[in-house]
Formats: sequence, C-alpha cells, structure tokens
Amino acid sequence: MTLNGWMQIALYCAVVLALVKPLGLYMTRVFNGERTPLSPILAPVERAFYRVAGIDARQEQHWLAYVGGVILFHLLGFALLYAILRLQALLPLNPADQAAVAPDLAFNTATSFVTNTNWQSYGGETTLSYLAQMLGLTHQNFLSAATGIAVAVALIRGFARASSGTIGSFWVDVTRATLYLLVPLCIPYALFLVWQGVPQTLGASIDATTLEGAKQTIAIGPVASQVAIKMLGTNGGGFFNANAAHPFENPTALSNFVQMVSIFAIGAALTNVFGRMVGDERQGWAILGAMGFLFLAGVLVTYWAEAQGGSVLNGLGFAGGNFEGKEVRFGIVASALFAVVTTAASCGAVNAMHDSFTALGGMIPLINMQLGEVVIGGVGAGLYGMLVFVIVAIFVAGLMVGRTPEYLGKKIEAREVKMAMLGILCLPLMMLGGTALATVLPAGLAGPANAGPHGFTEILYAYTSAAANNGSAFGGLTANTLFYNSTLGLAMLVGRFFVKIPVLAIAGSLAAKKTLPASAGTFPTHGGLFIGLLVGVILIVGGLTFFPSLALGPVVEHLAGSAGQTFATGG
Amino acid sequence: MLTQLRPALVLLTMLTAITGLAYPLAVTGLAGLIFPARAAGSLIARDGHVVGSSLIGQSFAGATYFHGRPSATSAADPADPTKTVPAPYNASNSSGSNLGPTSAALAERVKGDRDALAAENPAQPVPVDLVTASGSGLDPDISPEAALFQVPRVAKARNLLEERLRQLVAAQTEGRTLGLLGEPRVNVLALNLALDGLAPR
Repeated sequence: MTLNGWMQIALYCAVVLALVKPLGLYMTRVFNGERTPLSPILAPVERAFYRVAGIDARQEQHWLAYVGGVILFHLLGFALLYAILRLQALLPLNPADQAAVAPDLAFNTATSFVTNTNWQSYGGETTLSYLAQMLGLTHQNFLSAATGIAVAVALIRGFARASSGTIGSFWVDVTRATLYLLVPLCIPYALFLVWQGVPQTLGASIDATTLEGAKQTIAIGPVASQVAIKMLGTNGGGFFNANAAHPFENPTALSNFVQMVSIFAIGAALTNVFGRMVGDERQGWAILGAMGFLFLAGVLVTYWAEAQGGSVLNGLGFAGGNFEGKEVRFGIVASALFAVVTTAASCGAVNAMHDSFTALGGMIPLINMQLGEVVIGGVGAGLYGMLVFVIVAIFVAGLMVGRTPEYLGKKIEAREVKMAMLGILCLPLMMLGGTALATVLPAGLAGPANAGPHGFTEILYAYTSAAANNGSAFGGLTANTLFYNSTLGLAMLVGRFFVKIPVLAIAGSLAAKKTLPASAGTFPTHGGLFIGLLVGVILIVGGLTFFPSLALGPVVEHLAGSAGQTFATGG
Repeated sequence: MLTQLRPALVLLTMLTAITGLAYPLAVTGLAGLIFPARAAGSLIARDGHVVGSSLIGQSFAGATYFHGRPSATSAADPADPTKTVPAPYNASNSSGSNLGPTSAALAERVKGDRDALAAENPAQPVPVDLVTASGSGLDPDISPEAALFQVPRVAKARNLLEERLRQLVAAQTEGRTLGLLGEPRVNVLALNLALDGLAPR
C-alpha cells in the first residue's frame, strides 16, 4: 500500500461526496415534477409521450397498480430483448454475421439485462451484433436503471407522505428518470469516453498487420454509448468479453476514475433525495454514513490483500502485488478500488479479473453482494435495500427498549417488518440454495475452471452475483450451459422481484399511515448511534447467514495458500 | 393491469427508440465529427498499412522487439471448431486467464515464464507484470521497469547502445495522469515503432 494509492482513494471519495448534494437537488426536483433547467427542451417531449400513451401525469397509483406497472414493463422489455437476440442474424447492423443467440443464452441474457444484472454468459464481441448491443442491451441498460430509481423514489414517498393512498405514478417516474436524468448525463459522458479513446463506430472489425507480420483482427463498434450507461445505470454488462479491463472500454487512468465515480454518482445522490423528500437532509447523510463506513472497510481489506500479492506469486519471489488479471495502466490500487465499488453498487463491470484476485481480496466483492448491495448499491436498488435494513434495525432497537419502533414519524409494525424480512431472506435462499444445488449436480460441477476451494468460490460467486443482480463474475466458471443459464436466470428474477415487490408493499403501507410528531422518546435517526446500530444489524444478519459459505471458500483458500498449497485441476 | 397495457407498450416503444437508436446514433455522429480518429479505434498506420491500434496490445516474440505481457486470449481451433487454442493478443476475443491465487496451473506458468525471461535477459529481478496475464489479454502497456529490463536483450539484437535505448524508454514512459491517477507505463507498440524509427532492421 502506498501514499499515492491512498490519495487516489481519498480523491475518489471526495469527488463522489461533492456530487451528492447538487445531483440530489436536481433529482428531487425531477421526481417532484418541478421545473428544471432542462424543462424547456424536455417538457414538450415528455408531454407528447404521455399524450400518446394515454397517461395523465397528475394521476398517481396505489402501490398494487405501481407493482403491476413494474411487472408489465419488465415482461414486455424481456420479450423485446429476447426477440432481438434470437433474430439478430436476420436484422441489420450485423457486420460480423453473428448467428442467432441460442435459446437458453438468450433467456439468460434477456433476464439479466431486464433485471439490471448484466451477467455475461454471452461473449460480447464474439456473440452479439451491433443492433443487439444498441437496441437490445443499451435500451435495457437505461430502462432497468430507470425502473430501479422509480421504485426507490416510490419508497421514499412512502416515508415522506402521510395518510395517502398513492405512491406516485410508475409511468411518470420511469419516463422522467430516463429523459431528465439518464439520457442528458450519458451524452456528454459518452463523448468524454470517446475523447479518452473508446471507439464509437458502426464500422466492421479491423484487420491489422502487426509489426511482426501477424494478422490481428480488432473488434470494434458503438462502444462508448453503451459504456456510459452501463456505468451510470450500474448495469455493468460489457460491450467486450473482458468488460472494463478491455482497453477499448476503459483506455486510460482518467476514464477509469470517471467510470468509478459514475457507478456511485446516482446511488449516493439518492440518499440526498431521500433526505430532502422526508424534510431532513441529515437523515440522508446518516444513511450515506453507514454506507461509507462499510465501503471504506471493504476498500481497506481488498487493497491490503491485493498489495500483499497472491500466494503463488509471493512463493516464487515476486514483489509488487497480485498483478495476475490486472492491467498496467490501473495498477493495484485502481483495480482493488474498482472491484469494491462495482460490487458495493450493483454494477458488475470489472476492470480486473476478480477470479484472479487473492482469496481475501476476492472475498470482499463477494461479501458486498451478499449483504444485498446496500453500500450505495444499484441505482435505486441500493437505497431501497438499505431502507429495508433500516426497518429491521429500528425494529431491533424497539425490541431492546420495549417501545413501538418508529422511523421518521412512521410506526414500523408487523406488516413492514414481515415484508422487510421477505426481501432480506430471498437473497440467501437463491445464493446459498443455488450454490448447494450446483455443488452436488454433475452439470454444476462441470462449471468451475479452478480446483479446490477456489472452484467452490467460483460457483458461490456466480449465484451471489445473479441473485444480487450484480453481474460481475469469477470468470473462469463456464456458465454458458443450459444448467447455469437457467438456474442463474431464475436467481436473477427472484433477486429482483422478491425485493422490489415487498419494498413497494412497504411503500404503500407507510404512505397510508399518519406521521407522528417527534417526542422526547423518539430515537434520533441521524446520529452516530443510529449509524452504528444500522451497520451492526447489516453485519450480523450478513455474517450469520453467509459466514459458513465464506469459510468453505475464500477463508480455506487463504489458509491453504498461506501454507504454500496449490490445487491442480483433474488431479 | 390491462389498463396499463397501453402506457407500457407505448412507453417501451418510445423510450427504446430514444435510448436504443437515437442516443447511440447521435453519439456516433457527434463522436465521428469531433474525434474521428479515436471513434474509429485509434488506429496506427505505417507506409499506408494499418499496423494496429495504439490502445490494443499485440504479440511480440522476436528478440529485436520489446515484449508485452503474457496474454490468455484464445481462438477457435482451426482443426476442431468446438475447441479453443491459445492465441495471444486475439483482439476479437478479449479475456484474462481467470486462474485463481492457489492455482497449480498459475504456479507452473509463472515459473516457466520467469525462467524463460531470466534466460533471455541478463537483468534481474524479473518484473511481476511480465509474468502475469493481463485482465483483457490485450494490455497495451508494460511498466517502465519491465521495459528497462528488456533493454540489454534488444540492444544486443539490434546492435545499439543500451544507453540510447534507455533514453528511448524514458521518452516513451507516460507518468500518472495529473501526477496522481493510475500507474506509470510504457506503450509497447509505440515503443517498438519508435525503435524501428531509430534503427530500421
């Protein structure tokens, strides 16, 4: 670990923090339907949309209708994307003549993009046409992100409103998130990426003759426009197989820095939107504080572990850290930081191969996802995931002092706690259940590329990433098989909807409640005690649920590696 | 739910048209106008032929060139398309090795590379980036240490003074962005092009 490394991390945190307030203010105005600087251009477009769609922008929805909208939108989006993938061979903009995507892979990919997971069973440059990348993947990158933001805003309204039967209109929220937030940010962002060297062309791949006379075919395409939204929308699905490690997706140290900032930007700003909408910005900062604590703890461990180096490299006398799977232009620190950022948020883009991280360095991304990606989290998904934990924390605090728990003047009662627990428990069911299944079935055991405990971690990471809708991978796992494509697809669906629907139910139930005035007995939820309680609850719930699985994977591998042991496949 | 079918269909269609067609095509148009060379892949031409992209690494094996990092990319086996064969720096199928930290295969590969490098180059010790596969398999850079490590070998093969090559490496070394971000690095293709400019083979 070096001083320069810590300065890069400090600068990163400072830039993200500086964006929280201005972006939070802007987003609050957008979702309250107030005038913004972009309104003169966008308001007419928005109104035209509503007219054609037959929507009255002032008419809000009951939470059940909101859920209906969410499900319908996912369903149609899935059908469209599945069709594009299956038909890409017949559609235009396919200079590499990619064949139709196989049914199980198309199911997995469509599910994965609709649920904002962006798991890469597909190979990017080897599987997809430009049209599939643009019309298929890029559009779902926008819409799955917009949906996540919409659900978070609906939950915030549940806390902010009193005695209300509605939580906003899904159609209006999703339209505004796309038109006012995502598209205007992505256009300059994509151009910045091109300036840094990310290609943006519809031309076919390039045949070069190298200095030594060999032929090199260089895959290319409309990359920048997709990379911009894949980061900002915490989608993470790469244009290329190697994702953000590929020099065409992430050419410079500066592009890498901005990509990391853009992963956190909207998620962090949503805590400020939360504070503003409930009328007390300190509430948002307290939540961001709890997230920040968990984030820095993760960065510390991963940076330390990667700088120490892997057991194989150290055993052969190499200093300089674990460089396997990392790019020279990023080095150890920017690779370790990226790995923590991308799994804290539900992004899943990678600028280094997580599979080749040290045992402990790779364990932190795993833990980040197992905790439900509540550290900043996916756009929207992180905030609502965290608020689910807040409800549990408040409930635990209420049990300890024997009072009815309250949060922001809302009584937290049986219904909210039940829904919160449903949202929390569905994740381990898919993560651990899926892993258990794959480790006993031959079809599952055929997947891992590495032997020993690392192979187990590859499987655990896959189901964890899918259920948490992250999409990063221990890439050695051969996941493009019928077994993995279908079971991982299922895990993504459960991880998406069995959190979203309970969250919207909580939103509806909270919105209908009266807001009680604060009294001397009210537990203040903007101070250090609350932050500590929240962090404690997250770690206890996560630790109790996942420690045994971590012990079998990364912990055993770390101990074996420290003792100089290596594992050979087929032996 | 049926009353929501119309907004769902209409919004999906319109938002898809904006985000899936209008947005990428607008960015393509703007990028082509403002940064035409970079939008097209930062290609390098020499004597009218494209020799590669300044951002994409390529394989160098001969003694007269500086070498890049190990690359774990593969390609379909020409004899049997269901299998793959190693194809370093295959820029149409990016990939890392995905070997874990306790992998015996990793230990074997690193040991083999280290011994080969030590046999070719008199300098010591072997820099770690020359024995580790990059994440993309297309890393265009090596560390300045890794370039300096290869100077004696290249100098001997080209019959040049080592001091001259060290100056070349220093001139081709790119520092941290803003003095802070990323790591110092040397672009191997740019270095080798400069090398050819120095003393044509």
